[in-house]
Formats: sequence, C-alpha cells, structure tokens
Amino acid sequence: MKSAAIRVEGLGKRYRVGARRRPGTLRDVVADAVRAPLRRRTLAAASGAEWHWALREISFELAPGRVLGIVGGNGAGKSTLLKILSRITEPTEGRAEVRGRVGSLLEVGTGFHSELTGRENVFLSGAILGMRRAEIVRRFDEIVEFAEVGRFLDTPIKHYSSGMQMRLAFAVAAHLEPEILLVDEVLAVGDAAFQRKCLGKMSHVAGEGRTVLFVSHNMAAVQALCDSAVWLREGRIVAAGGPGQVVSTYLQSSAVGVADRCWSDPAGAPGNERIRFHRARVAPAEDAGSPVITTRTPFTVELEYWDLRGGEPLAVALHLFNQEGTLIFHAGSAAGGGGERGVRGLYRDSCRVPGDLLNDGIHRIEVNVFAGEEVVFRLEDLLTFDVLDSPERRGSWFGKWVGAVRPLLEWRTELIQRAGAAPAPR
Amino acid sequence: MAVSAPHPALHAEAPVLVIQPSRGWVPLRLEELWAYRELLYFFTWRIIKVRYKQTVLGAGWAVAQPLLTMLVFTVFFGRLAKVPSDGYPYAIFSLAALVPWTFFANALTQASNSLVDNERLLTKVYFPRLLLPTASVVAGLLDLAISFLVLLALLPLYGIAPSWRVAVVPLLVAFVVLVALGVGLWLAAVNVQYRDVRHVTPFLIQVWLFVTPVAYPSSLVPERWRGLYGVNPMAGVVEGFRWALLGSGSTSPALLGVSGAMVAVILVSGLYYFRRMERTFADVV
Repeated sequence: MKSAAIRVEGLGKRYRVGARRRPGTLRDVVADAVRAPLRRRTLAAASGAEWHWALREISFELAPGRVLGIVGGNGAGKSTLLKILSRITEPTEGRAEVRGRVGSLLEVGTGFHSELTGRENVFLSGAILGMRRAEIVRRFDEIVEFAEVGRFLDTPIKHYSSGMQMRLAFAVAAHLEPEILLVDEVLAVGDAAFQRKCLGKMSHVAGEGRTVLFVSHNMAAVQALCDSAVWLREGRIVAAGGPGQVVSTYLQSSAVGVADRCWSDPAGAPGNERIRFHRARVAPAEDAGSPVITTRTPFTVELEYWDLRGGEPLAVALHLFNQEGTLIFHAGSAAGGGGERGVRGLYRDSCRVPGDLLNDGIHRIEVNVFAGEEVVFRLEDLLTFDVLDSPERRGSWFGKWVGAVRPLLEWRTELIQRAGAAPAPR
Repeated sequence: MAVSAPHPALHAEAPVLVIQPSRGWVPLRLEELWAYRELLYFFTWRIIKVRYKQTVLGAGWAVAQPLLTMLVFTVFFGRLAKVPSDGYPYAIFSLAALVPWTFFANALTQASNSLVDNERLLTKVYFPRLLLPTASVVAGLLDLAISFLVLLALLPLYGIAPSWRVAVVPLLVAFVVLVALGVGLWLAAVNVQYRDVRHVTPFLIQVWLFVTPVAYPSSLVPERWRGLYGVNPMAGVVEGFRWALLGSGSTSPALLGVSGAMVAVILVSGLYYFRRMERTFADVV
C-alpha cells in the first residue's frame, strides 16, 4: 500500500486572544512586571478565556494524487490548517507528516516587489515560492506567455495595472512543480478569460497526479475539482467525505440563507398608530425542496402586521437591494393578492420570488406601507438575508457571476447559413 | 518547529516532513541555510536592487556616506577639537575606521528590521527565517567593497603605500560580518515582539560609535581601561583596519582573543535565541 502524502493526527493550534497581550511594547511588559502579583491572580482566574483554539483535533489522511477541498465559514480554521502544513506557523499539539516537496499558495503575489521589473519579480517570487533558479530559467518563457505581459516585462510592476500584477503573480504560481500543493482561494483573481485559463491549469495540475489541498468559499469549484472534502467549523472537522455530500451538508447547516423576525411584544414592534409589524420572514418556498436559499431556489417573503385603525386599505411594497445598494426590484401587494382589506385586524402578505432570479450575496429588504397613495410607514432594514451561490456548475465558470441578477434565460442557436453556400457579405 | 528533513529537493525520493510542536531550545539546523542558498542569493539581490532605486546618486551613496562623515569628523574633531590621530592625517585616519563602521551600522539597522519589514512573507510562505537578517548583512558587503576601493585609492594621496597587511582585510571583514549578524539576530527577533527595537537601534548604534575608537585613536584611552576594548568587538575591527591600511596602532593577542570569544558568544546565543523565537514569528509579527 502506498503511504499517505499527508497524514494529520490530532492537530491543534491555540492562539492567545484579548487586546492586552497583543504584540506589546517594552513599556507594557515593565508595567505588567510592576503589577505582577495582581496579574498572576487575574490571569489564573481568566486563563480559560485568554486562549482560543483556532484548530482542534484535526485528523485526516490524503493519498498521493488526490485533491482535498476544505470548506467552512470565516474563522473556521481553514487558513490556519494550511499555514501549519506549510510550516509558516507551528501547531500547539498533534502532528502532521508530509511526504514530498510542498508548495504553498496562500496569497497571490507573495514576494513581489513593486520597484522591481516583471522579469525580476518572476525570479524573486519563483525563488520564494520554492522554485530552483534553473527551474525558473527553464520555464521563464512559459510563465511570461501565460501572464500575457510580454511588452512590459522590463517595466517595474508598480506601473502595471492590478490585473496585470495578478496575472503575472498567478503565472509564477501556476508553474510551481511541487508534489504537494496547498492552495488558498486563488481562483478569485483576474478577469473572466484569465480565470478560465487558471482553472484549466488547476485541473491540469490535478490530473498530473499532484496532491492538492484546496481551501475555498467557492462550492462549485470544490465540487468540480476535488475528490473529497472536509468541512471545518470552529476549528473542528464536522463532516468529511465526497465533495457533493460535504458541500450540501455545509450549505444546509449554514442557515444564513433564512431570516425570520418575530415581535411578540407589540409595544416593541416597528410601526405607528396605524400599523404595527408582527412578523417578517424570508424562507425557501415549500416546494423548492431546499432548506436554504441559493440562486436557484424560489423563496417567499412573508409579512404579518396589525392594521390598528382600518379605513383606507393598507398595502405593502418591498424594495430589494443587493450588497452594493442597487435596488433590484420593487414589488407591491396592492397589485394583487385579493382578500379583504381595510378592516382592523392581523394581516399576512406573502410574495413568492422565483428561483434563478437573484445573484448570490447579501440582500436587504426595505418595506413601505401604503394607505392608498400615501406612505404611512417605512422600515429600511426589515430583513437581511443571504442568497448562496448554487453548487450546481454552470459551464466552466467558477467566479463571481457578474450582474445584479442571475436569471436563467432561454437560448436558442440556429445555423442560418453555412459558409460557402453563398458569397458572404463583405 | 521540528522538521526531520532538510530541503526536500536534496533528496530524489520523497522525504518525509514531520510537523509537530517544538519545546524549549531547538537545534540550529544550519544545513537548511545551505539548502536554501539560492533564496539567500535572491533576498540579497533584492535588497541591493531596491536599495538605490529612485535615488539620484545610486550606488554613489555607498561612497558618499563614509566620505561625508569623514568630512564632518575632520572639521569638528580633527580641526576644531584637535583630536590626535596617531600621526596620520586625520581625514584618512577616520576614513579607515568609517569604512567598516558604516557597513556595521547599516547592516545592523537593516538586519534588525528585516523580519518586521517582511511581515507579509513571514505570514504567507515558509523559508528558514534566518535568511532575512543574513541577507541584510550580506547585501551590505557590496557597499563595503565600493567604499573600500575608494579608501584604497585615497591612500596614495596621503602618501601611504598599501603594504602586505592589506591581506588581513578579508579576515577583518569576516569578523565584522559575524558581529553584525550576531547582534542583528538578537535585535531582529526581539523586534518581532517589541517594536521598541526600531527606536532603540539608532540610539544603540550612536552610543556604540562613541565607545568605538572611530573618531579618535584608542591610544587616547588610558592604558588601564584599554583592556575593556576587548569586550567591544568593533574596537578590534576598527583598529584592525587602521593597522592593515595605515600601519598604525598595535593590538595584542589577548585583546583579539577576548574579542573573538565575545563575538562567538553573541553569535551563538543570537542564533539559538532566534531559532527559539522563530516558531512564533508568524503569529505575533
């Protein structure tokens, strides 16, 4: 049996937290020493609170040539794990065995110096990432061609556009030839065409029998590129297995896609003498078969409110904004709904938003309550909810889908005229 | 960090790297420096390349620094204060000391900031951390060579013919490199935790300049105190340069022995301290 390329046993990393013990100055140390007797007591009392386990009891094995994806929210310990395996920081407990030459890509452009030229930076960055000089010389032309910076090779990179710097940086990284590659979120760079190229390179690397550890927020990329996946939460492994299964478990548990606000005490609820809110909720539609809202899931927005006076019928209008503050749509209950209105009582207005409409990201709902033409109440931050990126691949694109919305449109392609059948217009 | 194999590329078959917590004092693993010698070269090259970018004088600064200091010293110490200079023209007398001193002061400053200035590298990629302060010191050698050549060229102007003693200079240079590296390692490692070092270093260098016979001859110091110069290795270096180039002064084997032992202590303790603190660099920098 071939031995594992990476074997991790009970790995843990503890950090000291709290502002007091951050990289201090000598003065703090002296001050602390003066207060020493006092400090020892408080330290003992609060010793549990001063430490934070960023990673705990991590064990797994990765066979040579396999690609492992690591998913999890911010602060779950993903980057800490990569840093330990690439020897940047030391574990507090446990051990890891790594068999083979390791290359780690924790950021794009490590070692770049803005005063140096593109050519110089290729050598510098290559050497820092672990390439031998001879290796860099041998692959130099390939790297430059990949980066598409040809003409500016001897210009200091501070004159490059940020896109060009990224391309050059990734080009160097993509030509590393370690047996084991540790990668943290590098797909998030560059324009669409370049990203496609990088991705091609990545799957090529994976195909060459390289062992890869891949940390990403991008579920589609994890599913497409990895053989297996691990989900980290609060520094611990909570699920491991096939990427499809782990990704869907992860998405289901992160209930960030659902928002529900209920005001049981009417006095504290938003409203005025005419209207008072009772509940506001965003949830996947019941027939959607998904516990979370992804870009593909239809969902409902439900508003329950008291009409305290009756009279002119009330109607609500939703304004949905994306993270950039762009108003995506306006939708009012006055347009439809039916039902009786204008009498005192508790109402529920619900609205179904179809799937394949919104783009992924945080969205905010603002509500305006109308009595006829008049706005009687407005709440800007009614609800905030997250639309998750759908794990289903759409073609070969893994990056952020551009645009305010992500509709699924119908396309049809026809060949109208075969070339050569008639003279083409000039 | 405990690691069981040197640079993987040295072994054709897959080497096994064991990563686990280290405790207490850790081995120096200097062989790893050798395995990473190419990176040492690139770090050194980067410092040299970047140092004089967007300056008008460029490498001229390597010469201007000691020359201008010599000018100031000559006017104030030589002319006004009438500081003796062992019978040599004060200008060349001070320049012979300023050439190694300028190297030392610059190397120490660069080395002490080398880790903090490369924070991004420390937190994003692995390499033996010793490379950074080492490269800072080594990069200064180019400036030293340039200013030394200028010094050699000036000697005949003062009617001094370089003798066979010049052959000792490489040994003295090796000595000053070790002093700068030893002290630099301490400062660099402490600097990661306590940024006070950034403020302390210039002050330290200033005081050190005065306790080293750069602006004055060691013969100015009363005989019974002169033994203390052994504790200051830079005194030996500076006097050594004068001896090699001008033929002035004298030095005793006992003094050299004490200086040598001093450097060994600073360097070895600096190495061990550095390696011990290394494991937390990425976390606290």
